[in-house]
This record gives sequence, structure tokens and C-alpha cells, in this order.
Amino acid sequence: MTDYIEQDASRTVEFPMSETIASSKRPARPTVLATIGAFATRALLRIKHVPEQMFDVTLFPVIFLLMFTYLFGGAIAGSTAEYLQFLLPGILVMTVSQITMYTGIDLNNDIRKGIFDRFRTLPIWLPAALIGALLVDVIRYSIASIIMIGLGLLLGFRPEGGFIGVMGALVLILIFSFSLSWIWTALGLIVRSEKSLMMLSFLVMMPLTFISNVFVDPSTLPSWLQGFVSINPISILATAVRGFMHGTVTAEQIIWVLVVSVILTAIFAPFTMYLYRNKE
Amino acid sequence: MLESAKQLPRSDFLAIEAKGLVKIYGKQRAVDGVDLAIPKGMVYGFLGPNGAGKTTTIRMLATLLKPDAGVAHVLGHDLGKENDEIRSRISLTGQYASIDEDLTGMENLTMMAKLMGYSRREAKMRASELLKAFGLEEAAKRQVKKYSGGMRRRIDIAASIVVTPDLLFLDEPTSGLDPRSRNQVWDIVRMLVGSGTTVLLTTQYLEEADQLADRIAVINKGKIIAEGTSSELKAAVGSGTLNIQLVRPEDRVRAGNLLQQKILTTVHHSGDSASVTAQINDPALVAEAISELAREGIAISDFSFGRPSLDEVFLSLTGHSAEGEADAEEETL
Ligand SMILES: Nc1ncnc2c1ncn2[C@@H]1O[C@H](COP(=O)(O)OP(=O)(O)OP(=O)(O)O)[C@@H](O)[C@H]1O
Ligand SMILES: [Mg+2]
Repeated sequence: MTDYIEQDASRTVEFPMSETIASSKRPARPTVLATIGAFATRALLRIKHVPEQMFDVTLFPVIFLLMFTYLFGGAIAGSTAEYLQFLLPGILVMTVSQITMYTGIDLNNDIRKGIFDRFRTLPIWLPAALIGALLVDVIRYSIASIIMIGLGLLLGFRPEGGFIGVMGALVLILIFSFSLSWIWTALGLIVRSEKSLMMLSFLVMMPLTFISNVFVDPSTLPSWLQGFVSINPISILATAVRGFMHGTVTAEQIIWVLVVSVILTAIFAPFTMYLYRNKE
Repeated sequence: MLESAKQLPRSDFLAIEAKGLVKIYGKQRAVDGVDLAIPKGMVYGFLGPNGAGKTTTIRMLATLLKPDAGVAHVLGHDLGKENDEIRSRISLTGQYASIDEDLTGMENLTMMAKLMGYSRREAKMRASELLKAFGLEEAAKRQVKKYSGGMRRRIDIAASIVVTPDLLFLDEPTSGLDPRSRNQVWDIVRMLVGSGTTVLLTTQYLEEADQLADRIAVINKGKIIAEGTSSELKAAVGSGTLNIQLVRPEDRVRAGNLLQQKILTTVHHSGDSASVTAQINDPALVAEAISELAREGIAISDFSFGRPSLDEVFLSLTGHSAEGEADAEEETL
């Protein structure tokens, strides 16, 4: 912390002439693609400088997978290897869905730190700021997924759907997560602090992930709960992902995931943009 | 309020024209009917204590907040209707650094340059040019969170002028800086004005407004209570101020009464319990005042006579000093 003080004091800062400070030209507005690119670069640089933020996509998946496989494997399914075939797709869905909330947290931080204000006074296409960040988040979700699937394979997970099936599952997860992220960006713009956003996402995600078919076969549940489980987006995704991985996926299962994703995006993306433009 | 839009002629000389700007938070009128006419090419200062409404006014003019009432033209464009045009020609450096602290200075400026439409190569060139111009070359590859307060302020301003704006808003650009860093920021502001930018800055420091601003608006409780050049403001208050430092604080009331009766002047008591401040228009009366005090046996340790400082301007406009007002504000929060 002292180095800058020494450096700053040891040298008289002589500012060059005003010509250097004044820009020589006023470039044309950047294209939408270039704008998205600039924001995506920022997100990538943030990963480079704050690698800790990758804990959620590396450690979480590992811990979750090991914990649930060995803790519940024996009790629920009789054997861990058998349970893993059922559990891995579901737990993958759960983990990736939960880490989508970090998108909202990052945005919330930008607002509180005033960076958001700077972007908002630029003559740019504003959604680019969010889309650029979300695209990099999709990379993060892929990393989390790949780590989990890799670890699963080591532990004895044998997807009958083969490579194609796993890739199909991954694509579905990424599409769904991208759509789900818009909920957190909207909430990130509404709530005051990072803490309350965490709380809120916990309140939303806990019931969604646990009252689903991620851990247990819903046929063991009371009928009123079965109703909720069957319309729960997490269950819908988990079913399709399981189908893909085990080679039993149906068109209907895939379409439902896409429908849910489109609905989430259609509601929360415009809502987020509305909030983003009108935030005071 | 809306019909006044027609009464607000667009002027080529004015960077900002505003009429009746109002912003209400709950029951509080944070900005309460502000009129402005800020000519191009100058430094215009908003001077006011904490909570006066400086930031709120600036944020409205910079398109970040929607006024509850009033109209404004910024660089000839209608605020609210032509925000995109306004945004392409203004820049704002907020009260708190608005830069990505996790990124390096170079990365921050390069990103801003790309967002302004520079190609990747041009963006890097512009970023290095600015880092050099702002004396941040050696810190270019360091994360901004490792910068000192003064360096942060400079990188923040640099990010605002990647493309030189026609109008730059600086919200308390020197708060919390040491005199040296403050001078650096002042130099930057002077250079920008030299290259044709209009600067609107806010400050709580009377000295800063005095030194830097060509015209000053004194803001208090959401209203502009005085406007003019620093000398105009001082002249409005009276030609001179006599400050007397007493040896014994208990003499203060007696000294005040004496001056009021014999010299027929208004007397202020400031925070210092051993000092008396009197408005005196005729310098010849100063000698008389001093000898009156001596005759009554009131010992003086020091005295000064001069044109009023902006602090005294503030005092006479509001009835209390700028700093005193700031304390009062904090108590009510
Ligand atoms: N978002 C907000 N919600 C509620 N009240 C607000 C909000 N922003 C500002 N205010 C209130 O409006 C008043 C003016 O605030 P503003 O920030 O404009 O003052 P300021 O002159 O910039 O003060 P400072 O010197 O402390 O920065 C204050 O009393 C403040 O509490
Ligand atoms: Mg302020």
C-alpha cells in the first residue's frame, strides 16, 4: 500500500499540454457487436483479476456432487453408483441454476459502485452491457457443467446417450440458465444490497430445487406436491437433461424446456431493460 | 411548468439552460426550482453544503434522473426528449469513483475507448495517451483498487474524457484529496476548459469555487440563493470584513455590542469563541473600531481586514456558515 505514495511524491507530475488531453477525433458510435464485445471483454478481465469468483463454478459443483452422492446415495437408492445415474443430471441442473444468481449480484455491485451510471451516460445500445456479461456467464456455466460431468464420469456415471446426449443436455442447460439469469438481473436492479439479493435468490431457489424431481422420484410424493413438481421449471429441465444423458429424451421434453426458457426471457429480459433504463 | 418549455429559447451561447427544475424524494424537495443559464466555455461552480441538492441537480442535467418538474436544454438539446444527443456530447464524473476497481487503469480506459467507438488498436493508443497525460503511466498495469485517492480521481476523470466532451460534469472532484492532488485536478480542469470544454463542477469548498469557477451558484436546500462571479458575490455582501481575535473569549459579547453601537455595523460570531467578525464598508472605520476596543480595555491578539471570503458570503446569505450547515444536516439524518 505504500508504493504508490512514494512513487506519487517522488516525482512532480507534469501534465503535458492540453492537446494530449483533448481527443483528436470523435469516432462514430460503436456497432452493437463491438459494444457487446467490450462488455464481454470486461467480464473476462474480471475473471482474470478476481479468480475467486470462479469458486462458485468449480468448487460448488464438486462439493455438491460428492456430498449428495455419498450422503444420500446409499440411503435413497441403495447404491451410490446406481443413484449417480439418476442424480447427476438433476444435481447438474440444480447447481447451474443456483449459480445464475451471481449475474444479478455482479449487476447489483455495478450499480452501487456507480459504474452503471457511467455506462448509462454513454451513447451506446444499453442492453449490450447485460448481454456481454451474460455471454461470459454462459461460459462460466459451461465450466461448472464440464467439471461436474467429468467428476461424475470418474465416479462411475455412465450416460447411455453418449457424447451427443451429454452435449444436448449441456446446450439445454445453457439455454435455460441464460433465460433464468434475467430474473436475477431484474432483481439485481430492484433490491438495495447484495445481501438481500442472496436472501431472495435463496428463498426462490431452495423450494424450486428441492421440491422437484432432482433428488427423488416424484411418484413417492403426496399428490398435491406432485402437481407442483411437474410444473416446476427445474423438474422440466431435469427431466429433459436426464433424457438426453440416458438416450431416452423425447421431443416433448425438449420443447417444454424451450417454452419455459422463452417465457422467462420474454418476461424478464424486457423487464430488466425497462428497469435498467429507468433506474434512478 | 410544462408551458415554460416554449418560453425557453435555445441559445447558442449557453451550454445549459434550465427553468424550474424540481426533484422530490418523498416529502423532501431535494431540488426546489432551480433556474440556470450557463455560458459555454467556462467553469461553472455549484457551491453548497451536504444535502444542498448539488448531486441531484447534476444527475438530472446528465440524463440520469428525471426531473419532477421543469425544463432544460443541455447543449441545445431538450432534456428528456433528446437524451441520446445529449449523452453523446456530455460526460459525468460522479461524486464517488465510477470505475471498475478490479481492472487495471489501462483496461478501464481501453474499455471506455472501445465503448466510445474506437477500434481495439486506437483504443489502446488513446488509453496510453491519457494515462501519460494524467501522470498514471507507471500505474497503468495496476488494479484501480490499489490506487491512491488522488490517482483514482484522475483515472475517473480520464475515463470521462476519452472522447473530449463538450460539457463535463464533475461532482466534488477534489473531496478527500490532499492539496497536491487537488492542484493536479484543478490543472486538469483548466486544461479541459482551455481545449473548449464547458465544466460544471460541484464543491463544498469555498476556496475551490473561488479559485476555479468563472461563475458560481450558491445552492442551499435545493434552491439557488445567489449567483454570479466570485467578486460579484463578495461585493453583494459588502466591501469588507473585519476579523478580530480576542485575548479573552469572555469579552466577545461586550466587543460585539461595542462595535455595533460605535461603528454601526453588523456583527457575526463564528464558531471560534474568541473571534468577532464585523462588516465594515469604510476602511477608515477600522482604525476607529480597534481604538474603541482598546479604550474599553478589550485586549486583541490579532485582527485582519479584507474583502469577504466566500465563507462569509455563505454566512451572510444563509445566516450560518457552510460548515455549520453541514453539521446540522447530519443531525437531522
Ligand atoms: N435517492 C434518494 N432518495 C431519497 N433522498 C435522496 C436521494 N438522493 C438524494 N436525496 C436527498 O436529497 C437531498 C439532496 O441530496 P444531494 O445528494 O443532491 O445533495 P448534495 O448537495 O450532493 O450533497 P453532498 O455534498 O453531501 O453530496 C439530500 O437531503 C438527500 O438526502
Ligand atoms: Mg453530492
